[in-house]
Amino acid sequence: MSQTVHKIQSKNVDVFYGDNKALSNINLDIVPNTVTALIGPSGCGKSTFLRLLNRMNDYIDTFSMNGEIFIDGKNIYNQKTQVEELRTNIGMVFQKPNPFPKSIFENVAYGLKIQGVKDKKLIAKRVETALKQSALWDEVKDDLKKPALSLSGGQQQRLCIARALAIDPEVILMDEPTSALDPISTAKIEDLIFELKEKYTIVIVTHNMQQAGRVSDYTAFFYMGELIEFDETTNIFTNPKEEKTQNYITGRFG
Amino acid sequence: MTRGQINKIKDKGFGLIGLIATLSGLIILGFFIGQILHEGLNRLDMDFLKDLPSRRPERAGIYTAWIGTLWVLVMTTLFAFPLGVAAGVYLEEYAKKSKLSSLLEINISNLAGVPSIIYGLLGLEIFGRVMQLGNSLLAGSLTLALLILPIIIVATREAVRAVPNSLRMASYGLGASKWQTIWHQILPASMGGIFTGVILAISRAVGETAPLIVVGALAYVPFIPSGPMDEFTVLPIQIFNWISRPQHGFAINAAAAIIILLGITFIMNGIAVYLRNRWQKKINW
Repeated sequence: MSQTVHKIQSKNVDVFYGDNKALSNINLDIVPNTVTALIGPSGCGKSTFLRLLNRMNDYIDTFSMNGEIFIDGKNIYNQKTQVEELRTNIGMVFQKPNPFPKSIFENVAYGLKIQGVKDKKLIAKRVETALKQSALWDEVKDDLKKPALSLSGGQQQRLCIARALAIDPEVILMDEPTSALDPISTAKIEDLIFELKEKYTIVIVTHNMQQAGRVSDYTAFFYMGELIEFDETTNIFTNPKEEKTQNYITGRFG
Repeated sequence: MTRGQINKIKDKGFGLIGLIATLSGLIILGFFIGQILHEGLNRLDMDFLKDLPSRRPERAGIYTAWIGTLWVLVMTTLFAFPLGVAAGVYLEEYAKKSKLSSLLEINISNLAGVPSIIYGLLGLEIFGRVMQLGNSLLAGSLTLALLILPIIIVATREAVRAVPNSLRMASYGLGASKWQTIWHQILPASMGGIFTGVILAISRAVGETAPLIVVGALAYVPFIPSGPMDEFTVLPIQIFNWISRPQHGFAINAAAAIIILLGITFIMNGIAVYLRNRWQKKINW
């Protein structure tokens, strides 16, 4: 397939933490407007791969890498890449909800504020849209000045999604977004992911195999820093080609 | 006796020792304050605050001294606060882990333990002589700023370090630069801790005597300073001067001045405690 139909392409990527090889020779292409799940046992490198896509690994002192990662055909590890600009295009939701210790409104408006948007009407509109998209609007619309940390865990995580959506990215990265949440909040977030893929390309790391099965179109199975298998989710779960994949999804290890 | 009973006795014994240790400090402090109040409280009135120093104890006041202390307090803060906070943020957020940065770190902690008179000598040489500021308010304030800089740096670093990393990542993840993250997230989240450290450091500076004597603050100043280049005196020096005189009247004056100085220090510590509690309530990780 040609480059243009792929939103994200990873070519021969190796990642090291010091002398430790965390990922080796990863080639993985991600289709726009789909949900791609990254699964595998702890320490397999799936989160490392996710954080490569918005260069969050740059903050780890010992991090180094080989290979290239293209987003919309541009190598994001090129020296000319403006990392801040890249991240306005690639939103991220973390494992533990991490709202800023500010009001709900300020949380969602923050991304726009740091981009220098001053138009208050525009900001208010974008905040409302983002909160509606993340299905939080009805619960918070009466009191946007409330501290974000007074929300429940599930609400906080949807706020973090709204915060990422407010700056209108094209890709959303989610690092085990429901692992700290109860089943009802988890279900809400999964519904949300399903709706969001119409507009966004979503990559999600998950420990939960059922979740990968429920929300994703494609699934990548990582094991010991290698990409073992990458295919449509239905194929991975019903007809895996690799024995390791088979063993993992049937719960024989991991 | 069973093992449990022995442990219980040990437990109670330690509790008692702890109580005595706590009380001994408080009792001595209480005794001291009581005596000062007894001796000086009657001497305190508006005239005492408004009178210039004099040879006759009943006419002498602390006008020049407390105005001088106020000047020193404000100017020292102006120098030490931005420098100390900037240095603390730099060391915590920007400096790469290297031999040089750990050397810097150790030495900043060491500086906090250097006797204050040494700072006085340093200030006398650098500010007084090399920069030719003489025995002005400016020289004194710069010297005190130097003295409390390490305390502010250490307090800032601790406050900044207490901000969870997830907050930084959230900000970076939205496309914020390092500076934007520091300005919009890290500093507001750590301000409680920083202010607490700064106020405690300043209240220490207010009580310092030795470095200012070395720099050349005067005991007798018949006018209040009108600008940073003027000569000055401060409360602790005035107290020191009165205490060393033979007349009993001056001892009473000293006690009264100590009440004012203690009041300033207690108020500042009170503000520090208030700020710390207020910020802690606001941010619950």
